[in-house]
Amino acid sequence: MTDKFKFAMYWAGSCGGCEIAVLETKDKILELDANYDVVFWPVAADFKYKDVRAYDDGFIDVCLFNGCIRNSENEEIAHLLRQKSKVLVAFGACATMGGIPGLINETTAAELKELVYTKNPSIDNPEGIYPQEKLEVPEGELELPHLYDTVRTLDQTVAVDYYVPGCPPEAHQIAAVLDVVTAALKGEGELPPKGAVVGVAPKTCCDECKRVKEEKKISGFRRMWEFFPDPEKCLLEQGVVCMGPATRAGCGARCTNVGMPCRGCYGPPEGVVDQGAKMLSTLASIVDAPTPEEIAEITATLPDPVGTFYRFGLASSLLRRAKV
Amino acid sequence: MSDQFEPRLIGFLCRWCSYNGADLAGTSRMKYPPNLVPIKTNCSGRVDPTHIFKAFAEGADGVLIAGCHPGDCHYINGNYRTAGRFPLMKKMLEQLGLEPGRIRLEWVSAAEGDKFARVVTEFTEEVRALGPLGWNTRTPEEQADAGQASSDRVEEAVPA
Ligand code: SF4
Ligand code: SF4
Ligand code: FES
Repeated sequence: MTDKFKFAMYWAGSCGGCEIAVLETKDKILELDANYDVVFWPVAADFKYKDVRAYDDGFIDVCLFNGCIRNSENEEIAHLLRQKSKVLVAFGACATMGGIPGLINETTAAELKELVYTKNPSIDNPEGIYPQEKLEVPEGELELPHLYDTVRTLDQTVAVDYYVPGCPPEAHQIAAVLDVVTAALKGEGELPPKGAVVGVAPKTCCDECKRVKEEKKISGFRRMWEFFPDPEKCLLEQGVVCMGPATRAGCGARCTNVGMPCRGCYGPPEGVVDQGAKMLSTLASIVDAPTPEEIAEITATLPDPVGTFYRFGLASSLLRRAKV
Repeated sequence: MSDQFEPRLIGFLCRWCSYNGADLAGTSRMKYPPNLVPIKTNCSGRVDPTHIFKAFAEGADGVLIAGCHPGDCHYINGNYRTAGRFPLMKKMLEQLGLEPGRIRLEWVSAAEGDKFARVVTEFTEEVRALGPLGWNTRTPEEQADAGQASSDRVEEAVPA
């Protein structure tokens, strides 16, 4: 091994999009190679858990950890990588906020299994065969990780040094983060304060959005398939639930600039504790109706406020999960 | 002491009407259960859903928001906003499994000490019947989670 810095990347409960986002940095990836030895990165290099276990504590200089803590394997590896890494980065919406998999916090693992293996209309499972965590075979016992009821963020599991939100994080933001960390490792710069959210901009997604904003007053909600939205005007003002006002800037308002509402993947802006609570107040205050009863009637037409306002952030919200 | 369940209730009371209503209940020596912890807010419109979610997340069994009667808000339309936001907030809490009886919105004027006492009495009994909520201590897995949370997001420290 060379005396380059050591780099690791891991995927826990996630879709793999964060790994693709790192490749999206294009020629930056060559700089990564110039400055770092990859010592663990399941999607790109053939290292095993036992290799990581054999490293000294703090051997890895930077570990980008994407994915939420969904099962016992995710949790075990989170602890392992924390121990072996100097700088542990919660990378992407799932690691920072639970992400889309965090929506399972609306229900339980048992209900999930029942839906997938029995109740789903396209499933034919008359014998009720379910996956087992342990199975005896002639060669010994096979074991699957234990699926938790509650998805957790990385920082609800181990201490985290930095946060890079986004589903996935934008390539130019990833490049900027790697630059800062590499410069600091080389002694040419300083690391941001511990706990900082990096690769983002202050303010909200609306501030980066190019759409024309006028008075936010709406008389009802519409879904994208119900009409042809004006391509220039703010989507929220056209009655589409756009999470822009409750979302941190950093992506350059990618979605709204190509005609889709913001889903909130960059998480709550600075100073906002709970993204869903913020969006709920915002929406209720722009509904234009003469009485509270009529406002209530209009907001009641939103079918799934929890899933909409916490699409990426249920696991990191104040309430974190549904009551069971 | 009997061993019946004593609910922990948080009451966000606007300072211009409902807090004075609570004061009046006290100075008039009206009897009502001691379960509600009053928090004085400038206006019911200032009670952000964040405060309510936080109250439940940190162990409240029920939350009351009380403000001036419609038309009487010191800031003209604060209570109108409160009322407009309330049903959507309630829907979200219900989606997360909260019983509707654990959250309540009432208009209490400075002269309605008796109404304040009645609301708190009713609310206490209703939540008592529902039993403990224990949002922060529900399952063993959840309790383990709470013990493991070890790092702070400096930027997102809860503003005072
Ligand atoms: S609400 Fe959405 S569409 Fe409107 S300005 Fe904000 S990000 Fe753009
Ligand atoms: S516009 Fe919203 S959902 Fe789309 S990438 Fe940006 S933060 Fe994420
Ligand atoms: S001041 Fe009492 S509700 Fe606004």
